[in-house]
Amino acid sequence: MDAALEISGLRKSYKGFVLDDVSFSIPAGTIMGLIGPNGAGKTTVIKLVMNLIRRESGAVRIFGRDNIAHEPEAKARIGFVYDEPCFPPDIGLDRIASAVAPFYPRWDWKLFSGTLEEFGLPPRKKFKTLSHGMKMKFALALALAHDADLILMDEPTTGLDPVFRHELLVRLSAVIQDERKSVLFSTHLTSDLEKIADHVTFIHEGSIVFSAPKDEILETYGLVKAGGREVAASEIPGLKGYRHSAYGLEALTGDLEAARRSIGPRAVYERASLEDIMYFISKGEPHA
Amino acid sequence: MKIIISNSSPDPIYEQIVRQVKSQIISGELVAGDPLPSIRKLALELQISVITTKRAYDELEGEGFIDSVGGKGTFVASQNKEILRERKMKVVEEMLAQAVAEARLLGIKPRELRDMLRLLYEEEN
Repeated sequence: MDAALEISGLRKSYKGFVLDDVSFSIPAGTIMGLIGPNGAGKTTVIKLVMNLIRRESGAVRIFGRDNIAHEPEAKARIGFVYDEPCFPPDIGLDRIASAVAPFYPRWDWKLFSGTLEEFGLPPRKKFKTLSHGMKMKFALALALAHDADLILMDEPTTGLDPVFRHELLVRLSAVIQDERKSVLFSTHLTSDLEKIADHVTFIHEGSIVFSAPKDEILETYGLVKAGGREVAASEIPGLKGYRHSAYGLEALTGDLEAARRSIGPRAVYERASLEDIMYFISKGEPHA
Repeated sequence: MKIIISNSSPDPIYEQIVRQVKSQIISGELVAGDPLPSIRKLALELQISVITTKRAYDELEGEGFIDSVGGKGTFVASQNKEILRERKMKVVEEMLAQAVAEARLLGIKPRELRDMLRLLYEEEN
């Protein structure tokens, strides 16, 4: 399978923040979730892919081609859906679409009207009267109508109610029924990814912690819980972070099986959710 | 085909799929030649990753329960009966091995054991 998006050694620095050596790739036909706490660098990565900000070094390839050298082509294949889509406020949705359509050779009006209907968006409605969730849906409807091969979404589910979020996720998993299409979406709401994502990339303080198939992550990481001072954090194999409470220790390991073998019945073991992983790695006390 | 995914189960999702498809094949609810949904369709319906459904199908195919026919789709495999028979043979063999081990402990000779086996077999008929 060809990579829909391939990022390598990406670097961008701001005052007080450095995105450094970020590399990952999205195989065609899959959904990748980009997770990390607020300020980790998720939006910076997406802006670099869209060439909205200038990278300092590294490479971004979209379907094998550099995103800057082949910018118009790259952008025609990307459907960019971001949290505050910016369109003229007093214009109807159908007229916005008319203005956008000529830029995309594969634009499909039938698909566009169908998607608006599916999302419950009246075509004559003015953009400014849309709620946050509706704006997001409208942006996605545009992306789908121009037959984007890579849908790029920055925090699409933030601020949406659970019903809306569910609808959006179902629509996204429908996108990859076509195995040439891929989705990248960033979120700090990891439960959205726990279901449909194929790969998860975790970014923290500007660096990649891991980028791997979701199933693999959920099968190897785990929580180790022990009462009192029964187990010292330092003796847990693959320790990624831990937390002491008045009554015991809770730790995240990157190798649940090894931890189970070496600590044995002195602790209880559980699967870790993506949220647990994100929490312990970004907030838990680092291992000694 | 019926599949129920439990998110609270400690078993990985691909294993849950494998187990449920197998049991429907063994029980005869799914028979040879029955089509299975595509990997992508199943992932969409269950709202899970395509990697997960692919892994489940790979495992089922590896064990001979299903066949994927390039360009046509995935079907319940026809050699299931043989596989099932082979499996059950294995169970018999294991039980016999246990009996042999016990017999050895008691010092029972192979011929005596054969006689016992013959008697038991004929009794059943």
